[in-house]
Amino acid sequence: MSELTFREGVTRALAEELERDERVLVLGEDVGAAGGVFQATAGLFDRFGPRRVRDTPISEQAIVGCALGASVTGLRPVAEIMFADFAGVCFDQIANQLAKYRYMTGGQASVPVTIRMANGGGVGFAAQHSQAVENWFLNVPGLKICVPGTPADAYGLLKAAIRDDNPVLVFEHKRLYPERGPVPDGDGVVELGRAAIVRTGSDVTVVATQLMRHRALAAAEVLAGDGIDIEIIDPRTLVPLDLETIVGSVTKTGRLVCVQECPPGGSWGATVVASVVEQAWESLDVPPRLVSGDESPIPYAGSLEDEWLPSVDRIVGELRDVASA
Amino acid sequence: MISDDENVGVQPHVGTAALPERGLLLDIQRRMLEIRFFEDEVMRLFMLNLVRGSTHLCQGQEAVSVGTCSALREGDTMTCTYRGHGAVLAMGAPLDRTMAEILGKAEGLCGGKGGSMHLTDLSVGALGSFAIVGAHLPFATGAALSAQHLGTGAVSVAFFGDGTTNIGAFHEALNLAAIWKLPVIFVCENNLYGEYSPLASTTPVERLADRASSYAMTAERVDGNDVLAVRNAVAAAAARARDGKGPTMLEALTYRQKGHSRTDAGAYRPPGELDEWLARDPIARFERLLTEAGVVTSADLAELRERTEALVREATERALAWSEPDAGRRLEDVFA
Repeated sequence: MSELTFREGVTRALAEELERDERVLVLGEDVGAAGGVFQATAGLFDRFGPRRVRDTPISEQAIVGCALGASVTGLRPVAEIMFADFAGVCFDQIANQLAKYRYMTGGQASVPVTIRMANGGGVGFAAQHSQAVENWFLNVPGLKICVPGTPADAYGLLKAAIRDDNPVLVFEHKRLYPERGPVPDGDGVVELGRAAIVRTGSDVTVVATQLMRHRALAAAEVLAGDGIDIEIIDPRTLVPLDLETIVGSVTKTGRLVCVQECPPGGSWGATVVASVVEQAWESLDVPPRLVSGDESPIPYAGSLEDEWLPSVDRIVGELRDVASA
Repeated sequence: MISDDENVGVQPHVGTAALPERGLLLDIQRRMLEIRFFEDEVMRLFMLNLVRGSTHLCQGQEAVSVGTCSALREGDTMTCTYRGHGAVLAMGAPLDRTMAEILGKAEGLCGGKGGSMHLTDLSVGALGSFAIVGAHLPFATGAALSAQHLGTGAVSVAFFGDGTTNIGAFHEALNLAAIWKLPVIFVCENNLYGEYSPLASTTPVERLADRASSYAMTAERVDGNDVLAVRNAVAAAAARARDGKGPTMLEALTYRQKGHSRTDAGAYRPPGELDEWLARDPIARFERLLTEAGVVTSADLAELRERTEALVREATERALAWSEPDAGRRLEDVFA
């Protein structure tokens, strides 16, 4: 076990997969000589050279489309979209091309493409560099979606993504890059589709990912002082979604809260609520609840963004409310 | 693809002296006829309501598909647009399974999941027909990146229309291919219309090949209704690409003899334009060349026509007889 930052977990996963498989290559804006704007690819260019770690122009459509074409013809590209919000520039390539290629060709080829994207808010980047972009792709079958919340998951999910024969979007939360945590030495691959039970509890099931997972955990510690026992589940991947673990928990607690840093409409939390209502309606003692961002773009000023994102205090209040309902 | 080991090299001129050998010439003619009869059949089946959705025919543009693909070799790859029946057939996809895909049959190239706009046959290097304008140009750079990275010597061809030169993916792909010196041949089929709009109303340059100069890319304009001129230009571009000299853009001037899609009668065409282009029909022109050069007799050509038409008809009948896919198949192939 090593103590690594989330960022180092990403870098180590990339280095190990580049080492393990000649067909893996990394491409994106400034990922090479500069080591990436978030330094997640630092050192890879020197170690693996410009053929394996490729700087591209600022051309997101070309990056994703090139990765797709290369994957169909024998490579396993790992593309970086610098900020997840830039998925808007190449939405066609991701949603219409990458996600559908295998299906439209009747399964003639597999599409082993990984796309890493810096995701999420809380860092003062304003409306076009802060969104929880995983939600945009929930309605696009054919894509797997990873949302790691710890260094170990950043490492293990990325390795699983690169080895997967399907397109996998890996969202790396900007605010988590400097966070430290234990990362297993050696193989540490985290299987896609298996949730982590972050904290066991009996009163309320909280489902949360990335930054919100950590805020939910802080809120649970506060509530523990009041005798409210929160269970926290981090699905880690939204597609495939480990609904079994979530439903199992709700069956025990009778209460469900999803905490997410995006507006509620069309969100992963709304999907979880709908599925739990469908599958475990009788288990629910009170209506499920979404704790979400506002129905507005994400604002810049600290006073505004702090209020936009669910805070620990707000999560405490919402959970107390649900627990006492 | 049409196999031809000796004739892949550069043919600077299409005089009779430089003509490839007879077998290849007949193969080229047969392929163009196959596409023509195939498209006529698709049109007929469409009118009988046997083809779902829309379909985009390529009568008149056969020389671009066949000329290009005849200059390729085993292992080369091709991507094309939703007007791609001809290109996919030119790579050697089977007539019956191609027609079956258009008819939505289980035996279709894509098991009935793609249809007319997504014909794909990886086994012959036809990596896909793409229905979003320009979306396959980045894909083509990826296939070329694999070839370069793995050292296969393969080239990647992308067919696209004149309208594509106005969409962002075109520029991103040409730029990437140029800076990485990727073995791609960008073949623009300039048929003068982007859907219903004449080129001049949407595009400020008349010579689309000029757009490659922004990317310091070799480019050439060719007569897209002269199958050997296309073949020679592609052979030269492929030789450059295989030699590590990077991508080429070719602009093939041609004409769409039918409308954009089924509902389009082409009313926006100026009077007389269609007739002028019908007089330059690539198949009739190649027939004249072959007879004038003494390669074949008109009896040979009539026999070839008849035989090819029968082949297409038989393939269509087989395709019509096949079943639609089982409804349960719809959930397959989402993930590997």
